[in-house]
Amino acid sequence: MTILVLAEQRDGKVKKASYEAIKAASAVATQLNATVTAVLFGADEAAAKSLGGYGAAKTVFVADERLHFYANSAYVKSVAQIMEKEAADVVMLPATSLGKDLAPRLAVRIDGALAPDVTSIAVEDGAIVAQRPVYAGKSVIKVKINSAKQVFSLRPNVFSAGEASGTEAVVENFAPALDDADFVTKATGTTIASGKIDVAEANVIVSGGRGLQGPEHWPLIQGLADTLGAATGASRAVVDAGWRPHAEQVGQTGKTVSPNLYVACGISGAIQHLAGMSSSKCIVAINKDKDAPIFQVADYGIVGDVFEVVPALTEELKSFFGK
Amino acid sequence: MNIFVCVSHVPDTTTKVQVGGSGKEIDPSGVTYILNPYDEYAVEAGLQLKEARGGDVTLVCVGPEAVKETIRKGLAMGADKGIHVVTDAPRDSFGTARAITDALKDRAADAVFVGRQSIDYDGWQMCGLLGEMLGIPSISVVTKLDIAEDGTISAERDIEGGSETVTTKLPAVISAQKGLNDPRYPKLQGIMAAKRKPIEDVAPAPYENRVEVIEMTKPAIKEAGRIVGEGPAAVKDLVRLLHEEAKVI
Ligand SMILES: Cc1cc2nc3c(=O)[nH]c(=O)nc-3n(C[C@H](O)[C@H](O)[C@H](O)COP(=O)(O)OP(=O)(O)OC[C@H]3O[C@@H](n4cnc5c(N)ncnc54)[C@H](O)[C@@H]3O)c2cc1C
Ligand SMILES: Cc1cc2nc3c(=O)[nH]c(=O)nc-3n(C[C@H](O)[C@H](O)[C@H](O)COP(=O)(O)OP(=O)(O)OC[C@H]3O[C@@H](n4cnc5c(N)ncnc54)[C@H](O)[C@@H]3O)c2cc1C
Repeated sequence: MTILVLAEQRDGKVKKASYEAIKAASAVATQLNATVTAVLFGADEAAAKSLGGYGAAKTVFVADERLHFYANSAYVKSVAQIMEKEAADVVMLPATSLGKDLAPRLAVRIDGALAPDVTSIAVEDGAIVAQRPVYAGKSVIKVKINSAKQVFSLRPNVFSAGEASGTEAVVENFAPALDDADFVTKATGTTIASGKIDVAEANVIVSGGRGLQGPEHWPLIQGLADTLGAATGASRAVVDAGWRPHAEQVGQTGKTVSPNLYVACGISGAIQHLAGMSSSKCIVAINKDKDAPIFQVADYGIVGDVFEVVPALTEELKSFFGK
Repeated sequence: MNIFVCVSHVPDTTTKVQVGGSGKEIDPSGVTYILNPYDEYAVEAGLQLKEARGGDVTLVCVGPEAVKETIRKGLAMGADKGIHVVTDAPRDSFGTARAITDALKDRAADAVFVGRQSIDYDGWQMCGLLGEMLGIPSISVVTKLDIAEDGTISAERDIEGGSETVTTKLPAVISAQKGLNDPRYPKLQGIMAAKRKPIEDVAPAPYENRVEVIEMTKPAIKEAGRIVGEGPAAVKDLVRLLHEEAKVI
């Protein structure tokens, strides 16, 4: 049996979420006596080989230039062809913006079903079971897919990729059979804010809320973020007020994040905000109200004024990092 | 133009959610339901397309009798009519998409709008499921949409760190993300008119779920952490704890 993992790259660099998915898939594969085959669209052979370090025995490498930009129908068709060739019934992929777009179409194309955005995956009685939070994190469901063909998308930053072993994957080139009709829908370009880490991909996030009192105080958040090498996030209150762009919003109607460290400054911790960040590994809250709900989920809290605590913390970290 | 907007009937986000007796779904008693917030953007996009090109906006919702009130909310915004696929049985997303696809068969849809996510099951999958089942293109998480006279679509969708421009052609399924538009508020007149707008009941074909919910549980409650201290004096201890105990720096 083969589990296929769709690896994702941008600008030739494999995304960390792809390593996480391969690692998680190999844990499942071990229990099912299966092997993991990775699929990589674009990048280069070295990248294809590197996937072996996380548990892929083989990488099917698709160099087709037409797939340089994302085209959902063409990608779906290519993956379906690779599944057939590899006799794979199970596909795992990171629940990134690409993965979330691709996974449902793929599930239908292969006459299977999808368990989206899962946060844990295991084998029980020979079947793959997965868990994910629903109702804004107010409950968790455990599901299994009863059709033979199964697609799982894995929430980024939740599964650990660990360190790469020295093993290289065997690379096999594959040219999918595609025609023009498969490219009716295609991405023609991307606009990426340069030099900025997206909250959805960041290991460390510093977020600010209404407690900051105005956009003019954001250099405080930015300063702490820069010191930590963090992305900046925001509560919806400040996004709605126009202080910060929507791309930074963390929460149920913003982005779901699971960084190693999440620092909430002047954020009350409304249920919709928690829905987006409560799976962070370590949460720090700075709030002047000792009863703010954010302290209920925080690992460490400081009760105090952001205008005093944040600059002091930035200075302390600077000396800690020897900057 | 035949414009369809799929709407989902979801618990208000501030509602307390309790696991019901089956241990597999929520207990609906005492839960207030609303029109899924993302579907307001979807309805608005449908109405704007109608205003630009003419035609009809039809809402589609799969669910029990109670979802009619959610369909009425969309009708109050200005949609023309509704299709209610009436079912009580637990249904997975695939089955919901299948029921919508069956309902749209023979209706020559030009455009189908859905929300980015339904805030109950947060699947983010209906757009792709429907696109594939209907055999038409789909673009998800759209923040900007331009549909030319000849049906060429140019859209922007959110991706990590920025946006992606995607082109395709009608008929297509589009999932609406916040930022796409400013949904209009229903006016009193619209609310009155909605009561008289037709909602067609449709029975879904039998369906066996592909995704089985084994159990639903409350998430493990994280123990509240500790207050390290008050004011700037506490930062030294915090940095030490982050390094030595949490090992995150
Ligand atoms: C359908 C729906 C979806 C939503 N989705 C989201 C979402 O995705 N993300 C999200 O964040 N919210 C979301 N919300 C909004 C959410 O309910 C809250 O309104 C919002 O999170 C509050 O933002 P805040 O914590 O910045 O502001 P507030 O709740 O106003 O909190 C400000 C906090 O700052 C503290 N403070 C004030 N001054 C200082 C100071 N000088 N020093 C230290 N602390 C100070 C206060 O004690 C307070 O705790 C949603 C709401 C709804 C209805
Ligand atoms: C009668 C019924 C019973 C259900 N019972 C269960 C259950 O027991 N257990 C369980 O886990 N889930 C159940 N569900 C939920 C179902 O499995 C899907 O999860 C849900 O319908 C779609 O959620 P999603 O998160 O996949 O949607 P998303 O992909 O997040 O939704 C995106 C968009 O799809 C559209 N959409 C979503 N749902 C509907 C709908 N019902 N009608 C019309 N348009 C819609 C909306 O435009 C929405 O914004 C039930 C659903 C129905 C209709």
